[in-house]
Order: sequence, then structure tokens, then C-alpha cells
Amino acid sequence: MSERRITLAVNGQRHDITVPVRRSLADALRQDCGLTGTHLGCEHGVCGACTVLVDGRSARACLMLAVQAENLAITTVEGLAPDAAMLHPLQQAFANNHALQCGFCTPGMLTTLVELLAENPSPSAAEVRVAISGNLCRCTGYETIVAATLEAAAVMRGEAA
Amino acid sequence: MSVFGQSVMRLEDAPLLRGEGAFAADIDFPRQIHMRVVRAEMAHARLVSVDVTPALDLPGVIAAWSAADVAEVPPIPFRATKVRGLEPYCQPILAQGRVRYVGEPVAVIFAEDAAVAEDAADLVLVELEELPALLDAAAEPTDFDATRNTEPTIVRKSYGELDAAFRDAHVVVALDLAIGRHSGVPMETRGAIARYDAAQDVLELHGTAKKQHWNRDEIARLLGRAPSSVHLFEGHVGGGFGVRGELYPEDLLVCLAALRLRRPVKWIEDRREHLVATNHSREQRHRIRAAVDAEGRILAIDNVFFHDQGAYIRTHGARVADMSAGLLLGPYRVPAYRATGHFRLTNKTPAATYRSPGRFEGSFVRERLMDAIAARCGLDRVEVRRRNFVDVSEMPYARPLDALGTDVVLDSGDYALLLDKALARFGWDARVADVARRRAAGESVGLGLGVFVEKSGLGPSDGVRMTVDATGAVELVTGAASVGQGVETALAQIAAAALGVDYRRVRVVRGRTDRIEFGSGAHASRVTVMSGSATHQAGLALAALAKQTAAALLQTPEDALEIVDGVVRRVDTPEGASVTLGEVARALAPGTKLSRDRATPGLTVESWFHSDHMAYPYGVHLAQVALDRGTGQVKVEHYLVGYDVGRAVNPMLVEGQIAGGFAQGLGGALYEEFRYDERGQPLSTTFADYLMPTIAEMPPLDILVTEDAPSPLNPIGVKGAGEGGTNAVGAAIASAVDDALGGRGQVTQLPIMPRDVLRFLAEGAA
Amino acid sequence: MKAPAFEYHDPTTLAEAIALLCRLENARPLAGGQSLMPMLNMRFVQPDHVVDLNRIAELSGIRVLPDGALEIGAMTRQRDIERDARVAQACPLMVEALAQVGHRQTRNRGTIGGSLCHMDPAAELPLVCAAVDAVVRIAGPGGEREIPFAEFPLGYMTPAVGPDELLVGLHVPAAPKGQGHAFLEFARRHGDFAIVAVAVLLDPGPDGRVARASVALGGVGPAPLRLAEAEALLRGTAVEDDAIARALATTASLDPMEDALVPGWYRRHLAGVLLGRALGIARERMA
Repeated sequence: MSERRITLAVNGQRHDITVPVRRSLADALRQDCGLTGTHLGCEHGVCGACTVLVDGRSARACLMLAVQAENLAITTVEGLAPDAAMLHPLQQAFANNHALQCGFCTPGMLTTLVELLAENPSPSAAEVRVAISGNLCRCTGYETIVAATLEAAAVMRGEAA
Repeated sequence: MSVFGQSVMRLEDAPLLRGEGAFAADIDFPRQIHMRVVRAEMAHARLVSVDVTPALDLPGVIAAWSAADVAEVPPIPFRATKVRGLEPYCQPILAQGRVRYVGEPVAVIFAEDAAVAEDAADLVLVELEELPALLDAAAEPTDFDATRNTEPTIVRKSYGELDAAFRDAHVVVALDLAIGRHSGVPMETRGAIARYDAAQDVLELHGTAKKQHWNRDEIARLLGRAPSSVHLFEGHVGGGFGVRGELYPEDLLVCLAALRLRRPVKWIEDRREHLVATNHSREQRHRIRAAVDAEGRILAIDNVFFHDQGAYIRTHGARVADMSAGLLLGPYRVPAYRATGHFRLTNKTPAATYRSPGRFEGSFVRERLMDAIAARCGLDRVEVRRRNFVDVSEMPYARPLDALGTDVVLDSGDYALLLDKALARFGWDARVADVARRRAAGESVGLGLGVFVEKSGLGPSDGVRMTVDATGAVELVTGAASVGQGVETALAQIAAAALGVDYRRVRVVRGRTDRIEFGSGAHASRVTVMSGSATHQAGLALAALAKQTAAALLQTPEDALEIVDGVVRRVDTPEGASVTLGEVARALAPGTKLSRDRATPGLTVESWFHSDHMAYPYGVHLAQVALDRGTGQVKVEHYLVGYDVGRAVNPMLVEGQIAGGFAQGLGGALYEEFRYDERGQPLSTTFADYLMPTIAEMPPLDILVTEDAPSPLNPIGVKGAGEGGTNAVGAAIASAVDDALGGRGQVTQLPIMPRDVLRFLAEGAA
Repeated sequence: MKAPAFEYHDPTTLAEAIALLCRLENARPLAGGQSLMPMLNMRFVQPDHVVDLNRIAELSGIRVLPDGALEIGAMTRQRDIERDARVAQACPLMVEALAQVGHRQTRNRGTIGGSLCHMDPAAELPLVCAAVDAVVRIAGPGGEREIPFAEFPLGYMTPAVGPDELLVGLHVPAAPKGQGHAFLEFARRHGDFAIVAVAVLLDPGPDGRVARASVALGGVGPAPLRLAEAEALLRGTAVEDDAIARALATTASLDPMEDALVPGWYRRHLAGVLLGRALGIARERMA
């Protein structure tokens, strides 16, 4: 079986790993880097649960090979909170607004929305809806996720929530 | 202010937000191997041979089994039911002699790596001889095997003088209605990780959900072990919705392999497997008739239906058909009733419960019937419902029917009041006028409604053990489970309110057979009612014990004490002498003087709650839709769910349940369907074919939670909140689409497909 | 759903990639991976070699030619095209279509060349290329060749790219001044492959009437379909309602694909409905 030794830069940390070349980035993050926050909901690019940031841009980690991620900066859900005591404003807003229930789709929602807010600090509700239209959630009915995102955007702009 | 009833933040969120959850696939053990299932590729065939030897030759493969290798394991049983004779139709863990649906496990591979296991599975040679596939439950039954046909039973329930009612009816309204096959489809697929701890002779199963204790007992029985030597563990569960946590072939296969191969065995279902292997649900066809008097009052209902169970009977037995028969009548007074439920097997993935099982189906059927009665009698659709409601003065209202083995006694409810509140909140009258204006301008818009009674709190018993430790932290051990809906927070709130502590001090332990001897898990909207009531009792008992102990410590009468924020103090002098609950716990530690007066030391109690009847929440769904006359697309413009839950422990969580439940109902009404071709090949095997709603499909949703009718059946008045958001979505949207089409009763099937709408529009124009 | 085993190659130049494709048996080029990776995970394809094009810098980028036309490298990410002001200027149809290609996460990785070579019958980008008369550049061991997009589809999901060739880029003519455009599609759920999609371009002549019309349908045939008859009927008109009606009448003779989930009549019906709407929008936009 063909393998490669690669270095992944995940959340600012280097991971020197050896992976079968067929292994997806999602599987490598989970199995080889020990970062199981990136979830696999479909492995065919529809559900969005495995979304990570690749050089700041959201991408389905099930649709990339791990070997393709060498020399790219990967951000996963584990890389969002500044430390063990504080949550990222988006994470905090998700909790405040009951924007998660089972939490399985949440990592992909968060990474997708981090990209949106980096690009557009003052999104409209409609823009938030478009941004997460490629992320399936089976628990919340989505609306609280929109509310959370708008709240987080306000906090990140320095406005009181 | 009591934390009971407050929309406090969830205790579950932090690890889930940080990516620190413990879902099934996140669980690993040293030396683990991976299982892959080889599945049948024909819907119905004689299984001529299975040759696993090519797979065994692949490096990294450890073992490969077919039916002959697991012959000693009996088929998977079902939970207790009054329906007899279902045993021969249960599913073997690997197909024997015949395969009966595409996706049926035929062989298993065990390998060092999941991808290698999949490589090996592709090498297994399965020889099949195709047989005709049966795909219509309403068609004549065929052979299940040499001695049985594909109708294991007929569910019959009846009361009243049915024939006389139909004879004397002013009108008889008859409909032929069908609900499509869809299911829970949680975002997390199933997973099972088994580990045999030889040092302690304990078999562990991880990645479980919903029904740990029953599953534990059955796994132990099927594998010939003592239940106390088998333990099930629940981590995070990525959505349950009825399908997750039932006992499936794969659960037994990993356990058997862990015992035989002496290595941890991990199986993670992939999404394509999920869509053909995990329980389907809902598919049912009803031929229903109502006898009605001249005022539009129902005299009798005759409910003949065909339940498509799929290829085998699974752990629910005939429950969905049972509920479809026993709970169909909803909020209406029906003097005579007869249900004839043909419980039939077909060559599709086996079916069982999915959120609001039997009721999503029943509400669609009943509410279509109510619309038809209104049309036939020339009555307003709202008025015909009002005329037939069971009145609040009749509560509790006993129907001469049973469902799930208990008599149907509607415990409390004011259906007319909720309907009025919902109509007012929705602005129904104004919308009626607005819709009329838009129709006059050429648009196809309509309004629809569905009124329903849910059920919750299935007994008979649930217990908890609640303990305060020496630091004042509270541990609540429950036999309930959590599938992501916020069980920990709700139970912590109930416990905290009863005891007098901050709810964040309560740690809820659930879903583990090693921590509590009995449990009923999480299903059927039962946790808040049953485990919640047990928790409430335990909290009160623990408070009493704490006060009794503190009374001795403080030399104060018990009844002069209160517990506030974990401190026992005098009511009249809150700033005076006090003890913390931690201090009370220390005073009850083993060996202390005070502990010797008690049967068990510690600040701990165990409490059980028993109930013979279910609690019945009820609701109203209202919908406004517009049809795209070009494409046939249904756009839901506005939607309201009104739901009376007796009492809401945490309104934010209740609303979350309703909103999420609604989205699933919307899927069943308009988008989701497991389809098959004429040979029984499944056509909905990816997320590109099985269409669950995204945010783009979600309409503006208004939620009205009321607490008008607390349940008299439990000390906290609660009724389950998990299923009311789903229950009548099919009913209300069908009603609205039909209204938009001119109220001709054309909508008789779910899901409503755009091309059907086009056909209806063309029929209407013709 | 783990990909089958294969050897992985990541060349950094086009020449290297072509050489690999010439040398290797059963090799598949990997572009943005938004179609090939799902097919690998589901084992619908089982190549022995995957030749990754993502490290070949020369294959991506957008260039504007002196006449305003665009040269787009095959490995240019869909989202980079979508957000490029120059593309909005030269080919607004493409930007309108791109917003409907999958989702942001897939467009961040997905490439225009990947979509063209995958050639799903309902995909947006092949439809745009058919409508705008794009010219595609294909490189092989013998050098590069250019063919009009009309000759690019050879059949159902089959582009005119040999096993040792690669699509390297495309030439998109600049939209003439005053062009009206519209891209519409119908899917039961947002972001999915369309059941039917339609692209329309209306180029006004000096008299304000249609000098050239382009009408293309996706999801109806195995590859994008240009409706030459409808285009001819629209030429010389001011796209009056009855001109639209005459153009729509041509959809009656369509013989769409039929599958277990979508009947042919429904595709034909949708083609007419969407085309009527698209012509109305394009008419409004024509100046």
C-alpha cells in the first residue's frame, strides 16, 4: 500500500505523520492527528460536517486527500477557541442561542461561519443563510444558528451583544 | 426563582462546541481492528453461496465470516408486545438461505484498517439467485419462507357500533391515502465498538444510544453471558430520532468478534450503508372511511391500513402499526371505531419508529379526512374540527382503545382553546382574506391546518440515584439516555429545583449500564416525564434528608430550614447559622454517628417513579403555502406550531425540539423519500438522492408553547416535547397545498412532489 | 466509504503531468476533487494512479485579453472566478451560474476544468460554456489543440479529452455591450444538481433588436443542448411576448432523458417554464 510521510500544519501545530496516500484529510485529522472534532457525516461532500479551513477557506475535508494538504494551513474546530477557559465568540453565541443540539454538525457550521465572518463582518441574515446552505443539521431547524451568527458578528465588531 | 421553567443555557454545549465530543467514531482502543459488512445487492434472492476466502488472502485481514460462522447466535428479538407470532420473522445477524433486502448483511470482514476491510469486502464472492421482489404492502402477500407468508399479523382494534353508524350516516367520506417511506437519518451514522476485558471478564459495547439496558440484557442472552458481565456505554450521540440505538445485526457482530478474536472491534457505518441498513419508517397506506351526521359530527371511523414493515421484524415488533391503529383518533370524539392494520413484509430495508411514529402518519390521514368531511358537509375546515373536539370538561377522557399495551386515557387538554390561541397568533382570519386577494390575482396560495394529540411518558417505571458528595457537587445517575436533545440540562434543572442547588452543580450520568441496574433509555418522549418525575422525587427526598441531618447539626427544627444555593439555613434568619450540603454529606459519611441511623450512609437517595398511563400533549400546526404554477414547487410561506406541553422545564429546549422536529416533518411532507426501482434496488442511497431540508428550505417558523393543561399523572405536570414539532407537518402542509389547488382533495400522498402538483394544477384547470 | 488503493502523483508542471498520463495505465487526473473524490469514496471509480493537478501553478489564473475576452486556466477555483470583477464584466452569465454551483465550500476547492471534464448533464459550468461559445484548450503529448465547446462533449459524462490529455484552459469571449443574460435552474433542494437548467444570452443589434441569441439547456440531454431553432426564432425580434412564445414552442419536441426519479415529460415541461422565465429576465437586462 502506497504511503507518504507528510507534515500537516493544523491549528498552528505541526504534525509529522505517515499516511496511506488514499487517506482523506478528514481521516488523517481524526486518526493521525488525533483531532476528532472534524466529523464525517456522509463522506461524499454533501452534509458539510467535515468542513475545515484550508488556508482560511472552507473546504470539505472528506473531499481532499491528506497528502494534498501538505504546506497548507489547516484550521479545525479545535483551533477556534483561544484557550481552555474562553470560547470563540461564535462558539459562545451558539451556546447562548441554543444553536446546537446533538452537536454533530456543529464543527462544520462553525468553520464555515468563521470564514464568512472573516470575509463579511456584518452579514445579513440572508447572507448567513446562504453561507450555511451547504451544511445539513438534523436537530435545530437552523434558525437559531442564524441568530447566533448575527450575535457573534456584533460581538466581533465590538458591539455589545 | 426556581430554575424549573427557565431557559437556562445547556450543560452539554462546551465539549460539543470545542470539538471535544465523544461520538462513536471518536472512540478508539489500543489493538482495535475494524469490521466491514458485505451486504446483499439484490432485494430478494436465494443465497446460494458465500465464499470469503479471497478476502482472507488480503494482507491485513484477520477474519471473515458468513452465516455458517455465526449460526449459534439467534435472530435479534423485539421488545415486549401483545402481538403474538412475530418471532419467525426476526432478522438473523447474517443472512441465512435467502436475502430479503438490498443492504442485508451477508458476511463480515475484520481487518487491521477500515479501508483494507473495505477492500476485502469487495473480494467476497456472493452467489445469488434472484427471486421476485415484493415492494407493495397493499398487494397480495407472497411467501416469506416455505411455511409463512408476508403478513405476520393483522392489528385489530375496535369499539362501538360501527356498522350501525355507517348505516345511519348522513354521508360517508372515504379516502385512499399514502405516506412515503422516510426516516430519522441522523447526521451521525451508527457505530459500535466492542471490547472484551479479559481481566475482569466484562464485554463492553461503546457507541450505544437509546436503549442500553434492554440491549445489554439481550446481547447477554444472545451471546450466552450473564447481564452483569456485559456493559453498554453511551458517549455523545449525533441524533437519535428513533432509529439510533436499536439493536442491529452489527451490534452483535462486533460483540461476538471481540469475544472470539480477543481484540477491540470497531464498526462505523458509512452513509450509503446507513440509508439501506438503518431502520426506515412511515410507509403506510390507509383506506379510511368516516360516517358523518348532517352537522359534520363524526359517527364512526373505519381505518384499514397496510403497513410496509420491510424485510424483517425488528426490535419494535409491530409497534408502529399498533400506534397507527390505537392513536389515530387524536383530539376528536368518535363514537365507533375499527382499525384493521395489515402488518406486512416487503423486500425493503426493515422499518421501525421515527419521531412521532404512527402519529405523523395518523395525523396526515385523520386531518385529510377532516378536510374532506368539511368539504362534503359544506363546513369551514376550522369549524368541523371544533365540532368534533373532545371537550375540556370530558377530561380525563378514556377511549376504549389501547396502544403500546396501555389504555388510551387522554389525561388533560383543552384542544379548542389551543386552536383559538394558535389561529389568533397565526393571524388566520387576516391570512384567509389575504389568500383570497392573491388568488383573485392569479396566484395559487393556500392555508392548511392539522390538529393532533401526541403521546409521551410511556411507563411503567424509571429510577434515579441522586447523591451529594463532600464538596457539595450533585451526581444524578439515571437509566435514561441522551440522543443530543438536552437531557442532562433538563434533568439537572429538575434536580436543582427540587433540592435547592445551582443546576450547574448537577452532573447527570446517563446511558451506562455499569452505573445503574435498570433503565429505559430515551425514546417515545419519555425522559422528561418518567426520569424527570423520578428526579423530582429524588431531589425532594434528598432535600428532606439534608434538612433532617442539618436539623441535628444546627439544633434547629427541620421545618424551620430551607435549602438555597446548596446551603441549608433557617428560613427566618438566612444570615444565621447554616451548613452546606457538602458538610451535610460529610456528616452522613460511613461511620459517622448520623449515618448509623440510616440503612445506607451518604447524602444519597434512590427514587422510582411509576406510571400506568401515558401523558398526552397536543398541538396545532398551521401552514400557508404558495405553489409555483410553472415548476410545481411548494413554497411554505409561513408556519406555526402551537404545542401544549403541560409544563416546560426549559422553554428554550422545548422550542428547539419543536423547530428541529418541524424541519424533519417538512422533509417527510415535501422532500424525503426512500425510493426503489421495480426490482427493489434502492434509489435513495446518497445525500444527493435522499433530500433532507437545508436552511434554504426552511420557512419562517413561529412557535407557541402553552402550559394550559399540566399532566395530572406526574408530580411536575410535564408532557413530552420531542415529537409535537413533527407530528402534523404532513397534515398541515397537505391541507394547505390542497387548499391552494382549490380544495378538491387531490393531495392524498406524501411527500408532495412538484410534478404531482403540476398534475393537480392541470387536473384542476381541465 | 474509503477510497480504493491507488498510487499518487503530484507533478508541478503540465509537461510532467502529461508525461505521467502517457506512462501510467488507468490513471485519473485529480482537479478540485469535488466530483472525483466522492466517486473514489464510493468506489464508483477505481484508478490505479491519481495524478493531482493542484500543484501545477501554470494551470490556474484568469487573464483578460485585449479584446476583453477571458482566458481561464482549467485549475482556477470556482470561487475565485465567482468573485473576480473582471469575470463579472466579461461574462456575467458565468458569475450568475456559479452562485448555483454546489456550495461555498465546494466552490472553494472545485475548479472550472474539473466541472467541465466531469460533465454532469445538469452541471452549470458546461452549460455556460455551451451558451457563450467558449473555446477549450487541450494539451497532450503532441502539444496543445483548441476546439469549440460545441465539440467538447462526446457523450454522457464524456469530454473530448484523451487518456493522455488534459484540459488546460478555456477562452471565453467577452459579452458584447448591451447583452442580456439569464441563468436559471430548478432543483428540488437548494444547491443540488439541477433537474433542468437554462442559460440565455441576447445580444442586441444597432436597431435594438436581437442580433444573436444563445439558448442552452442542461439536464435535458446527455450534454448541454443549444436550441438553434429557438435562437433563430428570437433573432431579429425585440423579444416580445409572442416571440418568446414561439421560442418556447420549440421545447415541445425535446426528448429529454428519463430516469427512475424524474420522468421525461417533467424535464420537458421545466425546460419550457425556465426558458420562458430566463428570456423574460434577459430581455429586461438587454440594453
